Amino acid sequence: MIEVEDLGRTFVVRRKTGLLRRSREEVAAVTSVSFRVDAGEAVGYIGPNGAGKSTTIKMLTGILVPTSGRVRVCGLDPSRQRTELAKRIGVVFGQRSQLWWDLPLVESFELLRHIYRVDPAAHARRLAECTELLGLHEFAATPVRQLSLGQRMRGEVTAALLHAPELLVLDEPTIGLDLESKERLREFLAELNASRGTTLVLTTHDLDDIERLCRRMMVIDHGQVLADGPLAELREEVSPERTLVVDLERPAAPLDGLPGVVSVRTEAGGLRQLLSFRRDATTAARLITLVADRAPVHDVSVIEPDIDEVVKRLYQRRSPVA
Amino acid sequence: MCALIGCYLRIALAGFRRYATYRQAALAGTATNVVFGLIKISILSAVYAAQGGGSVGGYDLTMTITYVWLGQGLLSVVQFWGDADLDTRIRTGDVVIDLTRPWNLGMALLAEDLGRAAFASLARFVPPLAIGALLFPFRWPTDPAVLAFFALSALLAVVISQGIRFLLSLSTFWLLDPRGVSGLYRVGGATLAGLEIPLNYFPSWAQTALWFTPFPGMMQSPIDVFVQHGSAAALLAHQALWAVLLTVAGQVVLRRAVHKVVVQGG
Repeated sequence: MIEVEDLGRTFVVRRKTGLLRRSREEVAAVTSVSFRVDAGEAVGYIGPNGAGKSTTIKMLTGILVPTSGRVRVCGLDPSRQRTELAKRIGVVFGQRSQLWWDLPLVESFELLRHIYRVDPAAHARRLAECTELLGLHEFAATPVRQLSLGQRMRGEVTAALLHAPELLVLDEPTIGLDLESKERLREFLAELNASRGTTLVLTTHDLDDIERLCRRMMVIDHGQVLADGPLAELREEVSPERTLVVDLERPAAPLDGLPGVVSVRTEAGGLRQLLSFRRDATTAARLITLVADRAPVHDVSVIEPDIDEVVKRLYQRRSPVA
Repeated sequence: MCALIGCYLRIALAGFRRYATYRQAALAGTATNVVFGLIKISILSAVYAAQGGGSVGGYDLTMTITYVWLGQGLLSVVQFWGDADLDTRIRTGDVVIDLTRPWNLGMALLAEDLGRAAFASLARFVPPLAIGALLFPFRWPTDPAVLAFFALSALLAVVISQGIRFLLSLSTFWLLDPRGVSGLYRVGGATLAGLEIPLNYFPSWAQTALWFTPFPGMMQSPIDVFVQHGSAAALLAHQALWAVLLTVAGQVVLRRAVHKVVVQGG
């Protein structure tokens, strides 16, 4: 579905160095990226801001011409055959809208049918399916400008799917969404990937997106692929621990000796306890029950190693080799 | 091919509906146009009063009044300046969405603008014209065929105006902020097109020079066609030439922009 070989993209940046003098400097956004995505895969593409994610996405969709290397998407050269490719892929940008701001949502869909030249019957069928699964009927007749972010994103995803793309590229699709909206969207995308076999490539800062959707994760930083593999393996490899934060009703002695807990830290004289545990050894739910048996619990929360942490560790791990 | 035309027709329809959403804004805009029309008439009438009637630059008073109302109506149809939609989309990077669609962006924007112009013809052109025709001395064409020529001329004026606005917007790809160039156009464009005073008031060397630019084709030409001043065929040919040139230029620049320039934003 996607073949990328030694892909590179540099940007020319002009910097003021004197009153009239300006120096020309080349900045590499993507240095040398190679990967392959097969049909039906779901791949999470992550990395910190400025790592080169969006640049890669833009080259995959043909918006940006690579300065070096080779890209093939659906067997096409994206920048040369942009229009043809556009008919075969769907793109969702979490921070941008492809809907017509002033028009009711359904009219955007109808317009897209004409732009993508989709057969009316097939279009109606897919729209009905998305409407059902994403609950669009409540606001289908509402102008896009009046939709909430969660509603709009559901509309965006639908808009990207009406021409039955083989590949759906999502650039931070869950950004800014509340938990329920995120979950709903993830569920839908997982279903899409599983039942229709639509290939998914998504960039995100939310590890849960990857966890729910992608069997494979690619980590990029400084324009290079740092790691590529099943998420569970990568996370296990670099940061196998989660932390349960427990706020107790009364200060207590450190809650040592719970199964699966690697270390215990206390704060506020034992009022707050941070239990690090291995995800393969126990679950947060089991741990909460055990804690509640030992002391009255006021509040709990679970801290995941955040994506920056994972990337940082991957980076630290790789740097001696590089 | 049919589907292709259908696509752009739908985009034009969407353009119409987009602008039809904001009726109060249209009403307020029309009111402003009418007020300015009255001001222009009082100023231009003074010119005729001062020289005791007759004609100035081939326009008599009735033709001048007709010119004012047609101009006030055409102003929003042609839209010299207006929403900097594409500029903003390029600057913020939203243009990536436009570029990931299987369409020709230039043609899509033209279609949308024609849809907008169609709405403006009803909401913004007809009212000032009706006021002018009912309450003022007004020069109707002597031949109904002229109305058809006028419609064609107004259409070409929109295409020319859209072509220029498209090129100005595309400059954002290189300049990152088009406010300088579009500011210049804002100041000069409409005047050179004949919005403030008829171009035939200009000295003859200036009129000749303007014929080498697309500007008269955006406003003066349709008005001249309507009031039957000069040869309609020549006016239309000049407009058609510029419409084609600007459309082709837009396509060429768009292609270069897409291939050469960074799309903004993460």
